[in-house]
Amino acid sequence: MTPEPRAIPWWRDRRVVPWLVQGGVGLVVLVVIALLLGNLVRNLTAAGLLLSWRWLGQPASFDVAESLIPFDAAMPYWRALLVGLVNSLRAILVGLVGATLLGTAVGMAAYSGNGLVRRLGRVYVELIRNIPLLLQLLFWYFVVFLSFRNGTEALQLPGVVLAKSGLYLAWFAEGWRWQGPELVNGVWQAPWRFSVEFAALLTGLITYTGAFVAEVVRGGIAAVPKGQWEAATSLGLHWGASMRRVVLPQALPVIIPGLNSQYISLAKNSALAVAVGYADLYSVAETTLNQTGRALEVFLLLLGAYLVIDLVISLLMNGLNQLVQIRER
Amino acid sequence: MVRLRRLLASSPLLLALAIGGCADESGGGGVQSEKMNTIRSRGKLVCGVDGKLPGFSFLGPDGSYSGLDADTCRAVAAALFGDPAKVEYRDLNSSERFAALASGEVDMLARNTTMTLSRDSAGGNGISFGPTTFFDGQGLMAPVASGIRTLKDLAGKPICVESGTTTELNLADRMREQGIAYTPLKFQTGDQTYAAYLGGRCVAVTSDRSQLAAKRSSFPDPAAHVLLPEVMSKEPLTPASVNGDPAWSDAIRWTVFALFQAEELGITKANVAAKLAEAKANPNQADLRRFLGVEGDFGKQLGLPADFVVKVVGAVGNYGEVFERNVGTGSPLRLERAENRQWNKGGLIYSPPFR
Repeated sequence: MTPEPRAIPWWRDRRVVPWLVQGGVGLVVLVVIALLLGNLVRNLTAAGLLLSWRWLGQPASFDVAESLIPFDAAMPYWRALLVGLVNSLRAILVGLVGATLLGTAVGMAAYSGNGLVRRLGRVYVELIRNIPLLLQLLFWYFVVFLSFRNGTEALQLPGVVLAKSGLYLAWFAEGWRWQGPELVNGVWQAPWRFSVEFAALLTGLITYTGAFVAEVVRGGIAAVPKGQWEAATSLGLHWGASMRRVVLPQALPVIIPGLNSQYISLAKNSALAVAVGYADLYSVAETTLNQTGRALEVFLLLLGAYLVIDLVISLLMNGLNQLVQIRER
Repeated sequence: MVRLRRLLASSPLLLALAIGGCADESGGGGVQSEKMNTIRSRGKLVCGVDGKLPGFSFLGPDGSYSGLDADTCRAVAAALFGDPAKVEYRDLNSSERFAALASGEVDMLARNTTMTLSRDSAGGNGISFGPTTFFDGQGLMAPVASGIRTLKDLAGKPICVESGTTTELNLADRMREQGIAYTPLKFQTGDQTYAAYLGGRCVAVTSDRSQLAAKRSSFPDPAAHVLLPEVMSKEPLTPASVNGDPAWSDAIRWTVFALFQAEELGITKANVAAKLAEAKANPNQADLRRFLGVEGDFGKQLGLPADFVVKVVGAVGNYGEVFERNVGTGSPLRLERAENRQWNKGGLIYSPPFR
């Protein structure tokens, strides 16, 4: 006779216990959060600093060095912060494109048949990624870009002029006329002008992130089986065609996830712009904080802005990743 | 248990101390200051300074501090101990300074600190300011060769400024008042700001005039840079102590006033001994006798030795000497006395009567 199965008590029921544990942990987390928030609100109220956003509409009454959208000191704080955000986004976007191009070229160079190119790529990667970014930015700005001269003594290359007052690039003027930089009354004029602060920040960000991108690309190429190279070569494809048509497409699924985190780093590192005097979001926010004393609100805005930028990059890269995955048939 | 018993055993001692303290307070007619007692028992004054600003407080290669602020510390030590060397300096940055003072880590601040309402008020930083030792203002520095002589010349030009300072805001206000467009280049530290200026990225740099002069003195070619005459703000640099110990604040206040008064009376480091002898010999010189402590009890009223003025002037000289030695036209900073002249010479340095 088999013993009658006893009813399982609820504290040993596998359908109940996990729920109880989850609920208990959740409750503890909620209580801790509530305690922290309550404490914050209580202290802020006591100090008369409860969150307020009205200051955003008051006149900023400070100037920003460079701006893509119209701005003057009489405009409100939100407008100044927007100018900073636009400046940050400009640096991030150009930086992403530059770092990708440079990194891909250097990553592919690791498989070049030319030993000199291979070793140069190696030296670049090892030199750049082992020196702190802040030092590199300060080097590019104070040592390299601030050593250019103004006026006729500026460094002049075809279509490009490097002066202390900025970086001048040739571009199409009105009527699709190719317009190079020219000296007017001792001051350079060109269709495109970038400040040396922007140029130094970009140079630093691109060379630094480019080294990491190069390693990601090299790793991606290494993941493609050697047989693919041999097959491409036996079909009569030369090195460039094998790389472009056979190897890189198969390396992409490995490269993209690695690129994602490099791109996010670049976006976050752009906040180091303040070290070289570029008026990015952080620099403008710091001045705003100094004027208004609204530390909590300014930092919430800053945190939110960088979080959104990074999440958007991440989202786009995940979408791209889906596209390049190898479809098994 | 052991700890508790030990505590109980020592409690009569604590009680005795407390009673003793009370008895002393009620019985003694002298000045009671917890801070001054602490400093005396420690045997030296702990003075908060900048430490990196030539002319104000600067740690020299021989390990000694020099400058107007350092001399203020020395003067107070001389008043307390009769010995200007009994000072321990603490280098503080601008965000540390008030916390260090409030926590008692330093006894006083002589750190080119601007006196403002929010720093002085009990609802603000709660600091007790003494007499202003240097009337400063925000200025601009430009290379002589640039030809820039007024604010108007800066229209459309880049100006280097340290971010997070009132300097940055004053600059924006003045330029707006005058309707001058300019490009502010903001850096996070003073070093970066001056490096960009020296690198030629900006045509001018702005800060307190004394600080500009101090930085200029360390440039490779100081004579190639000029301070513009415009003054954009009021920056009274003032020594300070913490609120709540009026006797200690008074001791600092009247030590500084003694420096002012000595200059007014023509008493210098060199002639203070002769003046003292003269005062002792001549009973008709009542003012001088009281000032130098030959007569009356001013020192005692402040909780200081009767002859504290003699010690202070003997140690650092009078205010004019301190100024000339550290920041004056003969020093590397080459600053004019300007607002820092005596009141009877058209300046703001004024000591209330020693009476």
